[in-house]
Amino acid sequence: MVTAATSRIEGLRNGAAVPVVSLVLIACAAGLLVGSLRSATFAQLTVQGLALGAVYGILALALVLVYRATRVINFAQGELAMATTYIAYQLIQWGLSYWEAFAATLAIALVLGTVLELTLIRPVLHRSAIAAVIVTVGLFVLIDGIVNWIWGGDFKSMPSPFGTKIYHVGGVSISRLYIGMFVVVIIAALLVWVLFRFTKLGLGMRAAALRPAEAALVGVRVDWMLAVGWGLAALLGAVAGLMAEPSQFFLEPTLMQPILVYAFAAAVLGGLDSPAGALIGGLAIGVSLNLVVQYVPAISSELQEPFAFAVIIAVLLLKPSGLFGHREVRRV
Amino acid sequence: MRGRIAALVSLAVVAGVLCVLPFLISDYNVSLVARVGIFFIAVLGLDILTGYTGQISIGHGAFMAIGGYTTAVLSRDHDTNLVVTMLVAFAICFVVGFLVGLPALRLSGAYLALVTFALAVSVPLLPLKWSSFLGGRDGVQTSHEVSNLWLYVVAWAASAILFVLAWLILRGRVGRAFRAVRDSEIAAVASGIELPVYKTLAFGISAAYAGVAGSLFVLANNGFAAPDEFAVVLSLQILIGAAVAGLGSLWGVLAGAAFVGLLPSVSSSVPVIGSAHGQDVVFGAAVILVMLVLPDGFAGLLARIRRLARA
Repeated sequence: MVTAATSRIEGLRNGAAVPVVSLVLIACAAGLLVGSLRSATFAQLTVQGLALGAVYGILALALVLVYRATRVINFAQGELAMATTYIAYQLIQWGLSYWEAFAATLAIALVLGTVLELTLIRPVLHRSAIAAVIVTVGLFVLIDGIVNWIWGGDFKSMPSPFGTKIYHVGGVSISRLYIGMFVVVIIAALLVWVLFRFTKLGLGMRAAALRPAEAALVGVRVDWMLAVGWGLAALLGAVAGLMAEPSQFFLEPTLMQPILVYAFAAAVLGGLDSPAGALIGGLAIGVSLNLVVQYVPAISSELQEPFAFAVIIAVLLLKPSGLFGHREVRRV
Repeated sequence: MRGRIAALVSLAVVAGVLCVLPFLISDYNVSLVARVGIFFIAVLGLDILTGYTGQISIGHGAFMAIGGYTTAVLSRDHDTNLVVTMLVAFAICFVVGFLVGLPALRLSGAYLALVTFALAVSVPLLPLKWSSFLGGRDGVQTSHEVSNLWLYVVAWAASAILFVLAWLILRGRVGRAFRAVRDSEIAAVASGIELPVYKTLAFGISAAYAGVAGSLFVLANNGFAAPDEFAVVLSLQILIGAAVAGLGSLWGVLAGAAFVGLLPSVSSSVPVIGSAHGQDVVFGAAVILVMLVLPDGFAGLLARIRRLARA
């Protein structure tokens, strides 16, 4: 348990660390800007990387919400996102327009995530970390099987949400798709921020995640808050799946598996308990993957996942709390 | 004393049945039971790490891949005796597991699960990068193939040897240290147990077991090692096998290995689970059910039955 005194000390330490991290990030952004001005290819890769990174970031945000609420890493988060994308595909097949299906899918994902927490995660939550992880691994295999069973393993295509228009800005061609992906993710993230910052529900969820015992004492329904947290994570995952689909050009059951690894790397880089860190980590991973594959000859596109793995290992060894996370304090 | 006799009797029964079995069943079924033996080794190895030492690994498929490729490459390039390649796989995977255990010293629970999962995703991609040596997507073929009976005998002989080895390791000082680390790291350190030594040792042993299982896995696959054979689902299956097995019971590990090894081979004439992806549904549903209803796996179920019988 973290006492008020230790957390205050931690807060001070983090307060000192954040400016350094911000300076580094600003330097990186400046570097990207200079590179983009000098080379059109570099600019294109950066824009594409930001759009893909936004998708990694929103899935990482889902992982972080689950981790903050229940201290569980949900290995099924990516498969859940994939499954909800298939639900959207089915709704479109039944005649809904893309954005109607989008909205309906988010609602379904919210309910699905909440129900999963209540039925499958709740019973094992207080047993051990390993038990909860094994349940999410079981869920991974189960969802994969169900989707393959219902829709088959072959490629499906969905209508493009943003059209195929390409803008030309000074020799750099930017697909409207990438701008759309980026904007949708940022809107989703902003709405989550508003929810947590300005609503009573969000306050309750934060209280339940960070100080469950105290929250229960002042009348917060902690168990409900945790379940809604899972639902919200599933909703964000659905956004990630729906935005990932057009960038891969088709829908298949393995859609989210590599993206889950990148999202893990993003969440670890940003700090597993920091929502803002998850998004920034996602953007950083997206851009650096794109640039590294293009400009570092030793790392070809086959090595993208191993690169993300190397990022995870490096962050955990050098700065286990990530860029914005809180250091874990354990009292004996 | 009575417990020990019972354990010896059940061991003798299992050994006896396994000796007679190949004379009674068809060649195809021999290959299936050999497959169970392969998963027996992998699940046993993971049980040492997760069950006894409390360190989770979702990455044992990666060690199986390393062991499998060791066998395939040695056999292709040097025509090495296949049993010798299994020993080499054991040694290499011990070292690799030891090295993976080093970062694991600073990690626990959720973080360790993350790192091992990323390992499971990453390792099978390496052959694609170094394709001239490791065969790329086309894989590596051993210089010759083995019969189902050979595989059966070697797999279960290896299982027996590794089972005895595990028993020897776990019954004494090392096993006590492992359990102490699992139950409370702080209490273990306070009792003079050196965490770095025992955690990395557990990782090394566990990975070495997975390496041998990987060698046999490649041989069972007609001597063919390819990245797709070692996809992340394999790692998940081994973890599921260990969850079904529960802790510290021969019967539990047998049940876990049989569950993982036989389910994909269930004849397609069986409705639902016979279909290609119905199996995944059954896998996932079964492991969730086991975790909810039988938190200690098959071993826990046996213990509960035994208590009921005594009462």
